[in-house]
Amino acid sequence: MLAMEYRGPKRVRAVQKPMPEIKHPEDAIVRVTRSCICGSDLHLYNGNVPDTRVGSTFGHEFVGEVVEIGPDVTNVKVGDNVIVPFNVSCGRCYFCKQGMFGNCHQANAMATAVGGIFGYSHTAGGFDGGQAEYARVPYANVGPTVIPPGMDLDDAVLLTDVVPTGYQAAEMAGIQKGDTVLVFGAGPVGIMAARCAWLFGAGRVIVLDQEDYRLEFVRNYAPCEAYNFREIGDPVLFIKKNTDWLGADCVIDAVGAEAAGNVLQTITGRKTLLQAGSATALHWAINAVKKGGVVSIVGVYGPTDNLVPIGNAMNKGLTIRGNQTSVKRLLPRLIDHVQSGRLNPKALITHRLPMEEVADGYRMFAAKLDNCIKPILMPPTVTK
Amino acid sequence: METKTIDYKQVNGWGVDADPKNDPTYPMQHREDAPPRDIFYDRPPQQPIDVEVLHSIERPDVTAVFGATLPPSGLSGVIRRFAFRYSENQYKHWLPLIFADRVDVVEGVLKDLAHGHVPNIFAEKGYRMEWKYNRTAFVTKMATIAAITVGTVLLLSSGKDKKSKRACK
Repeated sequence: MLAMEYRGPKRVRAVQKPMPEIKHPEDAIVRVTRSCICGSDLHLYNGNVPDTRVGSTFGHEFVGEVVEIGPDVTNVKVGDNVIVPFNVSCGRCYFCKQGMFGNCHQANAMATAVGGIFGYSHTAGGFDGGQAEYARVPYANVGPTVIPPGMDLDDAVLLTDVVPTGYQAAEMAGIQKGDTVLVFGAGPVGIMAARCAWLFGAGRVIVLDQEDYRLEFVRNYAPCEAYNFREIGDPVLFIKKNTDWLGADCVIDAVGAEAAGNVLQTITGRKTLLQAGSATALHWAINAVKKGGVVSIVGVYGPTDNLVPIGNAMNKGLTIRGNQTSVKRLLPRLIDHVQSGRLNPKALITHRLPMEEVADGYRMFAAKLDNCIKPILMPPTVTK
Repeated sequence: METKTIDYKQVNGWGVDADPKNDPTYPMQHREDAPPRDIFYDRPPQQPIDVEVLHSIERPDVTAVFGATLPPSGLSGVIRRFAFRYSENQYKHWLPLIFADRVDVVEGVLKDLAHGHVPNIFAEKGYRMEWKYNRTAFVTKMATIAAITVGTVLLLSSGKDKKSKRACK
């Protein structure tokens, strides 16, 4: 089968690989019909995630048709078209039982601080991902969710990560009616977080980024205020001035390790890997939120350390919340939002590439070429 | 070092102000439904461990499922095995893993060559897109890299010439 293959920092290619096999009685094999490149894939692409082995297939955002099931699979059947949450979750451990499907304790042998994630290095379980024609899906009784009749596959594929992560970012921000919500990052997740902030009753939503085309998009899509942090001077001062000198009630970091805007953070976090990614957005978030406010982190960082003003967080009495998204927990509500028209995920998709051109897709997304917001990969079995 | 368990229920005042609704660090909606920590769950059946799986020493065993397509191998595998002797709390775990990743890249190129495949770096890096959408910056970047490379080579070779001339004198 055709699959994306990692060869080293900023080097990927499409190759022929062996078909995935059932390895566990609760496995399913899914024929992928849509697969996305995610902003967090760029951390892998740039070589910033430890234990990313050459030969890995990335891809944690995919939907597809079930073509084979293990003997203990009862929840889906061959022929079902399914949304595959990006988390691998057993559904029965201490964490899964509480709905913390992103923190499953039976899905990642290699690290305890992170759950199992498709196509996200051996630090996240070593599972091959869905940027391929076929993928092995463990715990098929738990994660895969049948796509409702009539739902567009482009909407469905964004329910695997982007929509739930944006939604959970807003949920974790503890937004109260009338709150001012500040979102760092106008990538797909930041855009969705800004949109979802309204669902929780925000009174004002502000987005900061450095890409004008993305700011223009989120300004119309969310809708919200959107500013280029390159043009406003000190972004924290700008927010203070525009929030009666108090700061935002809730701040969402939807950027993570690839943040720009601070030379020291860029050199130590992105170029030399002396810290676990550039923490510029998180640094600004802590300083831009009001005293007693909430910082919600969905931006991805590595497993070591980051330079952030933790003293300010204590002195300001902040609540800092973060987690990998519990996709399975949120799917019923989000499917309803999409079906009722409150959320329109597929509007984020700007580029559609055949799987064979995966290297071009990564470069385009990483370098933000051609006003790229969300690229999706089409396997040859779909395009033929 | 011996650890001492404190019976927190005996601590004066324990839990008197507990309010599950005022718990912003715990975003789940049904915390009251959570099972007690000491109840064991039915562990899923174990995926056959037919390849080498390095597991974190912060857990007692391999998880019921795991990715099995890329077991550690070669020099990078040796380094990864070393890294997994240490907990996730230690740099001795993470820094060797990052180093192993870089070694793995070199091993990957060597494996390609051994199989008669010369990697197409231009295609793998997706430079076609840079050429198509960002040509001026791309050409400038490549020209700068080429100039620095040529300059460095010339500088180093001129240094060698001077040394050899001095040696002749």
